[in-house]
Amino acid sequence: MCLAIPVEVREVLPDEMARVTLDGVSKIISTALIDDVRPGDYVILHVGYALTKINPEEAERTLALIQEAAMGHAT
Amino acid sequence: MKYIDEYRNGTLVRDIARQIASTADPARSYHFMEFCGGHTHVISRYGFEDLLPDNVRMVHGPGCPVCVLPIGRIGAAIALAMRPEITLCTYGDLMRVRDRNGWSLLKAKAAGADIRMVYSTLDALRIAEAEPQREVVFFAIGFETTTPPTALALKTAIARNLGNFSIFCNHVVTPAAIHNILESPDVSKPGTIKIDGFIGPAHVSAVIGTKPYEFFAEKFRKPVVVAGFEPLDVIQAVLMLVRQINDGRHVVENQYIRAVTRLGNVKAQAEVANFFELRESFEWRGLGELPLSGLRLRPQYAAYDAEKRFSMMTFTAEDNPACECGAILRGVKKPADCKLFGTVCTPDTPMGSCMVSSEGACAAHWTYGRFRTKARQPDAGRAVA
Ligand code: SF4
Ligand code: SF4
Repeated sequence: MCLAIPVEVREVLPDEMARVTLDGVSKIISTALIDDVRPGDYVILHVGYALTKINPEEAERTLALIQEAAMGHAT
Repeated sequence: MKYIDEYRNGTLVRDIARQIASTADPARSYHFMEFCGGHTHVISRYGFEDLLPDNVRMVHGPGCPVCVLPIGRIGAAIALAMRPEITLCTYGDLMRVRDRNGWSLLKAKAAGADIRMVYSTLDALRIAEAEPQREVVFFAIGFETTTPPTALALKTAIARNLGNFSIFCNHVVTPAAIHNILESPDVSKPGTIKIDGFIGPAHVSAVIGTKPYEFFAEKFRKPVVVAGFEPLDVIQAVLMLVRQINDGRHVVENQYIRAVTRLGNVKAQAEVANFFELRESFEWRGLGELPLSGLRLRPQYAAYDAEKRFSMMTFTAEDNPACECGAILRGVKKPADCKLFGTVCTPDTPMGSCMVSSEGACAAHWTYGRFRTKARQPDAGRAVA
């Protein structure tokens, strides 16, 4: 029920809506719960609403930490 | 898919599992509860039971709103849907949950009730707008992830003056449930169930932030790591928990920092606070009445509150006495401990809620885990891509 997926914003639409794409499938969602949405942003989509934006720098940092952890360095 | 595939690297998952095995102290055991059904699903699906060393065990928690919805409220929704003027809109997850008479929304629909499965509250609003002669009721359930979309639906209905739209509110709040589990005699009595730390919810935390868990980490001296829903997220969180225990620390750490901040989505929180208030108490299936654990519409929105508008009767109803959902929700028992598991209770014929939602511990175990129960597989972790 709380599963939600990262989707890419393609187009910002009026009334706090946006067109997003997930693997080429396009969908219209509400962005009323978040601020400053721009094309190219990734957002977490849950039951038709963007819940939050994905922070690309933190995503990279997490992957780097995971790599380090896999090699046995402290995270 | 970006932000999904890179967190499903099976080699890395196994590497981290090996790090967990070498980091965990063989002289002690580690029991971590994943609160959220989304994590339960990942843990079953990717065979974590086999990947993790024997002294690091996962305990399933109550983190699925479908599982914890008391059947009395399903019964009330069915009764409402049977009224000829009503169109009941609901998320698909709820359709197969049975009430005390063995009825479900699916059965009520087959019997002629106007019940529509919706993906989003936006769909329910669209129906209300398109069919002004119908009384459209949105059967709202969910934790903090799903509550903001309900709040926005209410906001929109008010703005558009949709007099035929109302909400049957069953939203619940996560911290109250965690608190209850930590204080329940099952958990706090020595020699019973052991919980050394928690994996905190992913998307609930995207909304509420990591701050609400600081109190638990402090008061109960249990580490909490908020984690994302991909296998690498979960396995990294387990390693972070093992390290905290080894170091004697008990703080809140954020593994899912790409989507979760300490304060969460303040805008979403404000929308929820505008339209909802805490109930003094709300019944959770398997956990009983929990104080300040559920939400209702604020009194000024009574016209949109289905419970008031239709004088709905919600009643307390007993579960099938053989169903162990309650114990499973508190992490005391496992699906295989239930006599009904896999015999009378399967995903096609769910007796209890844990078998209904794919995030339920019983459904997850049925789909991914049941062949493992008898013999642990030698090629551990092969389920990981
Ligand atoms: S197997 Fe079915 S009856 Fe038993 S605990 Fe799970 S859901 Fe309940
Ligand atoms: S099995 Fe049921 S109670 Fe357990 S996490 Fe899943 S939905 Fe929740």
